Amino acid sequence: MCLGIPGRIVAVTDAARQMAMAEVSGVRREVNVACVAEGPLAELVGRWALIHVGFAMALIDEAEAEATLAALRELGEAQEALDAMAAGDAALEGRP
Amino acid sequence: MRYMEEFRDPKAAKAVLARIAAVVDEIGATAEKPLHIMEICGGHTHAIFRYGLDKLTHPGIEFIHGPGCPVCVLPRARVDDCIAIARRPEVIFATFGDAMRVPGTEMSLLEAKAGGADIRMVYSPLDALELARRNPEREVVFFGLGFETTTPSTALSIQAAAREGLGNFSVFCNHITVPPPLRALLSDPDMRLDGFVGPGHVSMVIGIHAYDFIAGEFGKPIVVAGFEPLDLLQSVLMAVEQIRDGRAEVENQYARVVPEHGNPVSLAAIADVYEMRPSFEWRGLGEIDQSGLRIRDGYRRHDAEAKFGIGYGAAARGSAEPEDCACGQVMTGRLKPTACPHFGKGCTPGMPLGALMVSSEGACAAYYQYGGARAAAE
Repeated sequence: MCLGIPGRIVAVTDAARQMAMAEVSGVRREVNVACVAEGPLAELVGRWALIHVGFAMALIDEAEAEATLAALRELGEAQEALDAMAAGDAALEGRP
Repeated sequence: MRYMEEFRDPKAAKAVLARIAAVVDEIGATAEKPLHIMEICGGHTHAIFRYGLDKLTHPGIEFIHGPGCPVCVLPRARVDDCIAIARRPEVIFATFGDAMRVPGTEMSLLEAKAGGADIRMVYSPLDALELARRNPEREVVFFGLGFETTTPSTALSIQAAAREGLGNFSVFCNHITVPPPLRALLSDPDMRLDGFVGPGHVSMVIGIHAYDFIAGEFGKPIVVAGFEPLDLLQSVLMAVEQIRDGRAEVENQYARVVPEHGNPVSLAAIADVYEMRPSFEWRGLGEIDQSGLRIRDGYRRHDAEAKFGIGYGAAARGSAEPEDCACGQVMTGRLKPTACPHFGKGCTPGMPLGALMVSSEGACAAYYQYGGARAAAE
């Protein structure tokens, strides 16, 4: 559960709450960027981050993101993360 | 060498494996007298089995699978506590999916959910915060579980709840820390550990100096490693080179992600929200001093232990393990998973009896899952 997944930050959604939209393997998910915000949040747009349970924990370069994603796919962990995100969305709506 | 095909760069992997073999030969370690290298992180355990690294490396290296799988070290009593909270009619209990199948004394969270408790599997504590916003008439309790990689996420969520005045959001905090069980294992006269492969993402949060005592006090090398198979092999090489040279240092193979001093925002949030418990219970390892976190009084409103009077220390200590369950011995490397009388019989990933069979990061589940492929390769 410590593996996390790389995602690309595509937009700032709520600067006050330090939230941004990230694209993770084609899935969009709002994430918290407090841990990687060193300057204005807008500077994060376009950057890759290692995302762990909804929090961007480290900025990484694109090559590292690709290599990590490939390794996660081979471990079955990439799908696990995407499934967990879908389960989270279902939980918010009270769907089983 | 069937596993080699699966490396993205088999040539590089072969070169590192050859260098490891040469160093291990210089040291003089053999299958009969191997070096004991502990990989601490459950993600590393999974990768070692997935790629067959324990078979590809020189037989003079034996991997000992460490305690870094959060659900594997979760005592049954804590699962029982979760169920007791979740069964309260006002509660929505939110948890990571990993915790759902961990056996409690009588049942798992999955079974409690089937029995009618409102338990929601979420991806993030942020989902639980959102549940609290959308359900102001309910108590939303998030199960705070895991090592330093997940601890910042619950700390930041508690800070957000406090800022927003979300009094119906609380965390059942069972966060644990990586270094103390390592100290406990190193202090155990029955354990012989020659070196460590350190956890990558825990170190991304806490930095590498949290392990200085391993090198300084115990004279053992530790190399913080990434999660790709080549990362792991390079880290093993760095560790055995230290052993050969008689060095004991903290090295960082994963510097592209792990900053020397960790992540300052995460560390500040952890320090603000949590304090160390004098002691905490680990499944299979028993009580370990200064190894678990609790929520500070300042955030008491968001502390499920205070809110419901439940949790570690609230009732009689300790929880019995199932009869003959060898999780504790496997976790300390004293026993191979297959030597447990329940392995593959009463205990399988589909029907886990012990916690090491629950998660893909647990040594038993990894042995079980990759056992077939392994037998075919030998």
